Amino acid sequence: MPPVEAMDSIHWNEAGQLEVLAFELAGETFAVEAAGVQEILDLLPETVVPGASPLVASVINFRGRIIPLADLRLAFGMARTEANRDSRIVVIAVDRGGEEVLVGLKADRVHEVTTLERNSSEEPPVIGMRWRRELVRGLVRREAGLVVLPDIHAVFAPTSSGSTPPGASAPPIH
Amino acid sequence: MSGDDPVAAFRVEAGELLDQVEQGLLDLGHQLGDMDLVNAVFRGLHTLKGSGAMFGFEALAEFTHHCEGAFDKVRKGQVTATHELIAVVLSAQDHMRALIDGGRGLDTAGDAILTRLDAALGAAEETALDTSIKNADRAGWKLSFRLPANAMTNGINPLVLLDELRELGEARIIARTDRVPDFAELVPTECHIGWDVTLMTDAPKSAIEDVFIFVMDDMELTIEPLATDEVPQSGAAEQTIAAQGPVTKPEPGEGSGPLAHAAKARAGESVRVPAERLDALMDRVGELVIAQSRLAQIAGGGTDLALRSVSEEIERLAGEMRDATMVLRMVPVASLFGRFRRLIHDLARETSKSIELVTEGEATEVDKTIVERLFDPLVHIVRNSCDHGLEPPAERAALGKSETGTVKLSARQAGGDVLITVCDDGRGIDRERVRAKAEAQGLILPSQQLGDGELFQLIFHPGFSTAAQVTNLSGRGVGMDVVKRTVEGLRGRIDVASRPGEGSTITLSIPLTLAIIDGLLVRVGTDRFVVPLAAVEECLELSLEEDMRSRGRSVITLRDRLVPFLRLRELFETGTRPDPFQKIVVVGIGAERVGLVVDQIIGNHQTVIKPMSALHRNVATFTGATILGDGGVALILDIGQLVAVGQAQEERLRAAG
Repeated sequence: MPPVEAMDSIHWNEAGQLEVLAFELAGETFAVEAAGVQEILDLLPETVVPGASPLVASVINFRGRIIPLADLRLAFGMARTEANRDSRIVVIAVDRGGEEVLVGLKADRVHEVTTLERNSSEEPPVIGMRWRRELVRGLVRREAGLVVLPDIHAVFAPTSSGSTPPGASAPPIH
Repeated sequence: MSGDDPVAAFRVEAGELLDQVEQGLLDLGHQLGDMDLVNAVFRGLHTLKGSGAMFGFEALAEFTHHCEGAFDKVRKGQVTATHELIAVVLSAQDHMRALIDGGRGLDTAGDAILTRLDAALGAAEETALDTSIKNADRAGWKLSFRLPANAMTNGINPLVLLDELRELGEARIIARTDRVPDFAELVPTECHIGWDVTLMTDAPKSAIEDVFIFVMDDMELTIEPLATDEVPQSGAAEQTIAAQGPVTKPEPGEGSGPLAHAAKARAGESVRVPAERLDALMDRVGELVIAQSRLAQIAGGGTDLALRSVSEEIERLAGEMRDATMVLRMVPVASLFGRFRRLIHDLARETSKSIELVTEGEATEVDKTIVERLFDPLVHIVRNSCDHGLEPPAERAALGKSETGTVKLSARQAGGDVLITVCDDGRGIDRERVRAKAEAQGLILPSQQLGDGELFQLIFHPGFSTAAQVTNLSGRGVGMDVVKRTVEGLRGRIDVASRPGEGSTITLSIPLTLAIIDGLLVRVGTDRFVVPLAAVEECLELSLEEDMRSRGRSVITLRDRLVPFLRLRELFETGTRPDPFQKIVVVGIGAERVGLVVDQIIGNHQTVIKPMSALHRNVATFTGATILGDGGVALILDIGQLVAVGQAQEERLRAAG
């Protein structure tokens, strides 16, 4: 694995800020770049794809296109939570080897679009984190708690052994 | 994206121009004297040169210039078209394509072609020199020189020598690359190139020798005065023109050639649209159809008559719009067949056989993607026909056949399929050899009775081609198994028929469009799946006790044949209980069959195919997905894959005893 910084650095603007959409997943707050978000959907009927990796176990009909629905909890080894009234699907565009792929991310609750400050951000710690370090680009402290910036590209990147996303197939690192 | 890119647009246009030129050249091969064709080829090359230079394809423009020049001479009657000239320009055309595609390191190949072009022109007209030179009524020298290999190491720059020659007068310089060694042996610091120079000058021979004064000792140099009879000969050529005047006079109105007509007609009536815009339109229409069916449900459930009538109107419009959108992607197979004329031309040369290509049904329309993907498999089949099928002329004569073998390409529509047939009048497929080979490879048992259809399907088995069959023609890395796989990838099938001594016929049945599939909608657990209807052979009921009885050995007996079956519920790990009345959908590809156990057969379903996301391409069991009337998604089963899984399962069982 190349160093995390080289894979996908965070594009802070000149003022050291980053516009993100924050959402909740199993009690943690995650954030993705607001620019990459296509749409926020209410839950849709899912169609399971037998044989697909658990990370992207199903597909949905997004305006006539069939896109995978991903559960980031599986990439981060978190417990599944039941869908609730606030559950949403965040559709984002992922650049995958030059090809733009739309992916729906499950979210327990979607927060507002918010601005993160570079000053309060940290590199993911080398030890002591319960997630695989290469899937996290950074952690940002906010009043309401810690925000995780996942490395979406790394989560969905094709691996050399095939196109199984690493978060789904590789054993978790302890 | 590429729609606005002028270079990409030029590439497309240049490809079409070259296609037209190629057709013109091939036609000209049959009618050497046809000046309309000569003019059409000339105009094609001329346009290519002009727009090439405009879009920055300098090398292309430069190279094309020479070919255009050659045809200019033919057009002006200074040279007559010969088969050799046509063959050279055909190969020059391939080189132009490579230049358009932006290939690198092509200079040597290009120079070799130009040398051949000059030779061909020279043969066509001994005195075929550049018109400007020919018209110039002046004396000159013809010289040919080669520098010692170490010339450049010794500080001699050949370009400076050539420039000095140019200073003496008008020079026509041709580089001779015949002694350039293979790349592996090439020493870049050595000079491998020789030059032929025609110099129009009044300067004496000594002036030329002075140019080479420092290298004279080690070099090869011949200097001859230009043949004095050149001028009268050129006059003779002009007389010939005069004699043929009415025929060969360049026609005043450009655009009288048939090709120009075609090009004009096309420019006036059609619009070029990037395929992705068509796909986007297709998507929108697909959504419209879904929205419409929801509307129909609402309208049907209420009592509002006005709403119902509007809904029916929209239903009709949406359906018509879907059909109209489908048609946009259709192109006639003529463009596909046209490419085979060249192949046959080359094959006839390579095999020293006389081959005639007959085409039929060129107006039949097929989805554009299919046309592109069919080319390679068809090339393989046609090559096989020419190489193995057709006998050499002597053998044909001995058999009382015409010495010229015929390969017929035809296309016609049959229902939702288009049938493309490659038919030859050669010796046919040798049943005994196929059988012997299949037995030797353990594909069939010696006792096994096989019909022709089943026997011939064996040639598509991977690795079936044997050394006895492979020649430099057919051994191109594409086996018949690849042909079969490609055709099946297009949801088509291949049938082979053959009569000993009379030839063989290979028929590809391909669906008209890849965008739509006729499917059988089934339910497994809670999810719905589409089985391509073309692969469905029959549907049976699997009663509960049969199901229990067959546990552990998933095979049913179907008309005295054992057919393995797969419980999709288990394969897909749905975690649901089986329905009390499960069904078996028997699907087959070629001779192989497998039963798919499903919970329910919902019915026929014609549907728009959507590709799977890149994140799901590793899932081999599905070829795509489709959106159902209620907005839900159904995955389309990959029958080839499931049959393979079923066969593997059966083999494991057999191995286990």
